[in-house]
Amino acid sequence: MLRHAPKGVTRPPGGLGVEWGGPVSRAPSVGPRRAPQAGWRELGLAGGGGAVEGGCSRPTVGMKDSLSLLARIPAHPDSRCWFLAWDPSGTLLASCGGDRSVRIWGKEGDGWVCKSVLGEGHQRTIRKVSWSPCGSYLASASFDATTCIWKKSQDEFECVTTLEGHENEVKSVSWAPSGSLLATGSRDKSVWVWEVDEEDEYECVSVLNAHTQDVKHVVWHPNQELLASASYDDTVKLYREEEDDWVCCATLEGHESTVWSLAFDQSGERLASCSDDKTVRIWHQYKPGNEQGVVCSGADPSWKCICTLSGFHTRTIYDVAWCRLTGALATACGDDAIRIFEEEPLSNPQQPTFALTAHMPRAHSQDVNCVAWNPKEPGLLASCSDDGEMAFWKYQRPEVC
Amino acid sequence: MSLVAGLLGRVLWFSGLRSGDHAPGSQAMEQDKALEVYDIIRTIRDPEKPNTLEELEVVTESCVEVHEIGEDEYLVIIRFTPTVPHCSLATLIGLCLRIKLQRCLPFKHKLEIYISEGAHSTEEDINKQINDKERVAAAMENPNLREIVEQCVTEPD
Repeated sequence: MLRHAPKGVTRPPGGLGVEWGGPVSRAPSVGPRRAPQAGWRELGLAGGGGAVEGGCSRPTVGMKDSLSLLARIPAHPDSRCWFLAWDPSGTLLASCGGDRSVRIWGKEGDGWVCKSVLGEGHQRTIRKVSWSPCGSYLASASFDATTCIWKKSQDEFECVTTLEGHENEVKSVSWAPSGSLLATGSRDKSVWVWEVDEEDEYECVSVLNAHTQDVKHVVWHPNQELLASASYDDTVKLYREEEDDWVCCATLEGHESTVWSLAFDQSGERLASCSDDKTVRIWHQYKPGNEQGVVCSGADPSWKCICTLSGFHTRTIYDVAWCRLTGALATACGDDAIRIFEEEPLSNPQQPTFALTAHMPRAHSQDVNCVAWNPKEPGLLASCSDDGEMAFWKYQRPEVC
Repeated sequence: MSLVAGLLGRVLWFSGLRSGDHAPGSQAMEQDKALEVYDIIRTIRDPEKPNTLEELEVVTESCVEVHEIGEDEYLVIIRFTPTVPHCSLATLIGLCLRIKLQRCLPFKHKLEIYISEGAHSTEEDINKQINDKERVAAAMENPNLREIVEQCVTEPD
């Protein structure tokens, strides 16, 4: 394994951190956060009992066989596995975690083997990884406030650049489908947009300070140059380029607590968000002049929440993944479970109903942090957990009578 | 006072007067677990003063609530009272509670930590932070914070 120490890494931020010992910064209060009352048991812990606004949810036949375990691997032993990302070909899986390493996994026969360990790039937890659309580069975002860019040649990875600038932990990194843009999000509340040229030179082209609290996740639209971010300030924001600079063009409000992750559907017309408020929200883009009569301000599309999945999850939802092949929506939850939802075929696309089609209660022995659909093999899902394990699942849409 | 309340609770339960939607066995189990939790947190030292959280009444036996949420799995809820209403070290106490339990509690659990209602001017902000595991994980990688937490949670030899 060829690894080069990255050049000029910033020291991890020191000091106490204003949030832990100094005056507390005010978050916009949307809904009080108090200790729960006795009614916590009514959240459908016995299974089922979820509510889908905009439609109804009916039990589907064969649900208990819809998700089955293929393999379980101790990916980051004695540590947390925070995130997983499939490469564009669907043959490699990158995992990252609290042990400060990125591991690259490949299928060998019926099992998964570790092909490479990228262990010299960061000085703290690696929170997320993102592959470039060509599959030759991997970006890793770390609590050490930097983002490493790794270049793949054959089976080896070399750190070619380290992106610095954020004031504290980088929580997310995402490569745009064009391959020439990268976005990072941090606890410093900002989203940075980076441009990369043919000579592998990276340049920060915009620092976006739209959020009032930590940025938890950033993700690019599948076919427009549109960026979305999720935040501890309970909102989702969208950004686009306008006259050589990036601007925030929409703010999606509705969640009552931190928004942890986002996923666009294949068309990019819809965006799913998941939150500490235990709900998933589906947002729909309405362009100016749309036939539904949704009002837009100026040339910017408007985004409306068209569906809320509530009552299904009993703890924070850390990740949501929308399968580009099948349209199935998977969630990773702090109650150790994986759930899968599918849009009911006959429901109104402007007010869709999503049915729960799979529920795996003890998918892991601790919180599930990430779910990732394989981009080439329909129904192949990877997940990872605070217990350091990674699991592979086969999903089959259950039969409906 | 809390010892009397605990005993009273047990008397009521034995006489069948206590209402609840779970089997009698699990209530006793939950109370045992709550005591187990309290035993771990009461010796945590305050970040500023040379006293334990128990001595300062930051935590009490009755501030721990345990609910069975699955087979051998429990939800632990702690409501602590910082010593001074605008004590800026409230988040630090929350962090110490979380770290010590993460390390020492032997049974499978989910943990929620809150400032007892009305005990702090910015309690919503603090509650949100101490229950955000990403913020907690990052804080524990900060050498200065880690050092303070270690000093508070390590049992003296």
